[in-house]
Amino acid sequence: MASAPSKLYADDVSLLMVLLDTNPFFWSSSSLPFSVFLSHVLTFLNSILLLNQLNQVVVIATGYNSCSYIYDSSTSTNQGSDNGRMPARCVNLLQKLEEFVIKDEQLIKEGLREGIASSLLSGSLSMALCYIQRVFRSGPLHPQPRILCLQGSSDGPEQYVAIMNAIFSAQRSMIRIDSCYMGSSNSAFLQQASYITGGVYLKPQQPNGLFQYLSTVFATDLHSRAFLQLPKSLGVDFRASCFCHKKTIDLGYICSVCLSIFCKHHKKCSTCGSVFGQAQSDVNSTSNKKRKTPET
Amino acid sequence: MSCRQVVKRASYKSKIKDPGTPGVLTMTENKFVFRPNDPSSAAKFDVEFKHITGHKNTKEGTDKPPWLNLSDKDRCYIFEFGSFHDLHVCRDFVGNALAKSGEAAKASSAAKTTSEKSGVTLPDEQLSTAEMQLRMKLLQEDSELQKLHMQFVISGVLTESEFWATRKKLLDGDSRTKSKQRVGFRSSMILDTKPMTDGRMNKVTFNLTPEIKYQIFALKPAVHQAFLTLVPSKMTEKDFWTKYFRAEYLHSTRNAVAAAAEAAEDEELAIFLKEDAILASEARRKIRRVDPTLDMEADQGDDYTHLPDHGIFRDGSKDVMELQNELYRRTLSQDLNRQGAVVLQGRTVDVDLEDPRTVAEALMQSRRESDESAEQDRLDRITRMTEIEDLQEHHDHPVAQLCIKDPRDYFDTQQVNALKTLDDSRTGTEQKKCSLTTEEAYGSLREAISKIKSIGLKNSTVAPEIAITVLNGLTQNISSTKYQLGKNPQDSVLDSLPNKTKEELLHHWMSIQELLRHFWSSYPITTTYLSTKVGRLKDAMSQIYRQLEEIKQSDFRHQVSLLVRPMHQALDAAFQHFDADLQKRAARSGGETPNGNS
Repeated sequence: MASAPSKLYADDVSLLMVLLDTNPFFWSSSSLPFSVFLSHVLTFLNSILLLNQLNQVVVIATGYNSCSYIYDSSTSTNQGSDNGRMPARCVNLLQKLEEFVIKDEQLIKEGLREGIASSLLSGSLSMALCYIQRVFRSGPLHPQPRILCLQGSSDGPEQYVAIMNAIFSAQRSMIRIDSCYMGSSNSAFLQQASYITGGVYLKPQQPNGLFQYLSTVFATDLHSRAFLQLPKSLGVDFRASCFCHKKTIDLGYICSVCLSIFCKHHKKCSTCGSVFGQAQSDVNSTSNKKRKTPET
Repeated sequence: MSCRQVVKRASYKSKIKDPGTPGVLTMTENKFVFRPNDPSSAAKFDVEFKHITGHKNTKEGTDKPPWLNLSDKDRCYIFEFGSFHDLHVCRDFVGNALAKSGEAAKASSAAKTTSEKSGVTLPDEQLSTAEMQLRMKLLQEDSELQKLHMQFVISGVLTESEFWATRKKLLDGDSRTKSKQRVGFRSSMILDTKPMTDGRMNKVTFNLTPEIKYQIFALKPAVHQAFLTLVPSKMTEKDFWTKYFRAEYLHSTRNAVAAAAEAAEDEELAIFLKEDAILASEARRKIRRVDPTLDMEADQGDDYTHLPDHGIFRDGSKDVMELQNELYRRTLSQDLNRQGAVVLQGRTVDVDLEDPRTVAEALMQSRRESDESAEQDRLDRITRMTEIEDLQEHHDHPVAQLCIKDPRDYFDTQQVNALKTLDDSRTGTEQKKCSLTTEEAYGSLREAISKIKSIGLKNSTVAPEIAITVLNGLTQNISSTKYQLGKNPQDSVLDSLPNKTKEELLHHWMSIQELLRHFWSSYPITTTYLSTKVGRLKDAMSQIYRQLEEIKQSDFRHQVSLLVRPMHQALDAAFQHFDADLQKRAARSGGETPNGNS
């Protein structure tokens, strides 16, 4: 790793982990073309690297079937075909991205799954956290890490447990997860991720002004954030997915031992194996249900 | 209170100017009786102490005669005594009697606030004077507490004991802080107690107090040891100390030769003159225990004693010694270090200092204990020092504590949800429909990538008009009141209100908390006492509920209602529970309502 201890990391040096959603099903139906989105993001990444010489940017592609590191500013050299239209690092990034998309497409041939078009956010979150942990262990001096999710596709309830685990480990390591959601409705996962880790959740109202949003809200380092008024998340959707059918529910049963969530009453907890006693009466069983969001 | 009754000759005055009616004053535990000498006089009375709210007396040494003034609500009784001694006896008796009758003690120390409360206190409450005074003190220190006390105890919503039952911690905590401070050793060197000479005779006087004896034992384990073995089997205590100070004197003359000569003659004296063997062995042990990271040689270079006249009058560098008398030499640094060590250690024994024998034994005991803990300390330090670096986890990586967030946060984030879920359900579905096949979708994605590769980054990524709308939108979003109200702990809604409303609200909040605490702690209702108490609390709460409604009508309706709402909710919950519980109990007891107000 290039983060040599000789470097002087001040508190405003950032390590920005960008999780780039490359879900083809989302982008083919999105109002914002992927090429425009990419140009905004690339400009944003360039400006991050220009903000501070020691800033580091890592890009992870969140695909439909896989995830992959596609860019790391600390390892990539700036040499390459600088064709005058864009910096070499962008060319490298796009090259890697194209390779990733091709590989991702090959993977889909095997297990054909239609219907839910969500990306593997849990995978890319875990990869980002692993990378940050490596940076943490590299020495006492390291840039301040944060994760920025640029997500477009809708939540995959089947990833609920994995994503929540990633969120909680990020919270525990005091890593903030910022999220910029490009989809039409709000993403409950990203709302919760930002809310729990103290990051910023933003859903741009003007998708073609994305760069403006990114540079206004997400460009500031963690230290400077203390002095800024950033958008706060309102209306966080705290609904959970049940562990049995991976459905998003707002009312359900919770295992009293391991806190697993179920949409139906089970005799036995599928997670920890605790045997539940029969509910005494109907009145009691409804009172066991916990409401996660207030009724409209 | 040694005597149950005091009888004194005194004259009674209804006013200060009154010449007075001579007679006999009899005080018993709960009342005082005055019988005039002249049986026909009207000035006879029989007053119970519990009506007395205050007592004053004239001070000895002033030009006033010895008067005792006892006052109740509407009149006062002035007694003139024959002497101040009589006055003091009576005053003490009255003080005790008032304290014993409980509420009177309160009245006397905080007459201004609590004079009207005497009727409320339950007569069966047996409280010690100290406890009463503690409560008074707490009330005086905390005006909010006093307000609550006034509001609920005096109006009869809560009884005195109920009020304090929820504040046991306050009562405990205060008594803990009252415990007397432990006195340590003085840091001046006891060994430097200069002998007093009267100049004319060849006599030297040393001052010796139990305190000094204790310090000597602590400072010099050898003397301590010698005391335990020699006194009283071999010599008396007096002889022991005489000998000790003789040795001290020899030291102070700094005549090592003389000291050596004397020591040769008297073996007991030698004990005091020689280097303290126990101390020496202890020092050796301590050196072994020194933290390995400490550079002792560097420390030695740091000391100041080589500077002339630095420090105390006994300068170690001036002690020029012949080698054979080395044994009888004591250096300043040794003394200084020992003194410092003992002072830092503090008092280890807590016994009466009068008897040196018990002090000596107690000290021995404590020394043994500290040796054991020191050994454990050493082992701990060794394990800490010998940690293997490779096996250590990273100390530097910060980890957040798992915490339960402020519940207010949660509700704040939820308030928009109500509106949003409607939007989501409308717009959410349209996007998921993806007409393209997998190949087409991936194809378009690749196309987009190659497109940007060929075009490159444009000069202006965002059109200026869009940029300004984005900025405006963000600014509006952030500065909207919806975000601000109650969010920032620095400027809360409360601060934006005028002081009067603010205080009123705060007071109501305090009162509600107090009432609710009592309310919920009374459930489940098992006795009639509890049910009447709950009834009382409910009435008080509904009164506050109405008052809150009134505040809501003020100019700052919007902000106030934000603050009042949680209070109302809490009260509503209590009322609901009250009614439900009442119905349940009514049903159980077959329609018979215990309170009459179902």
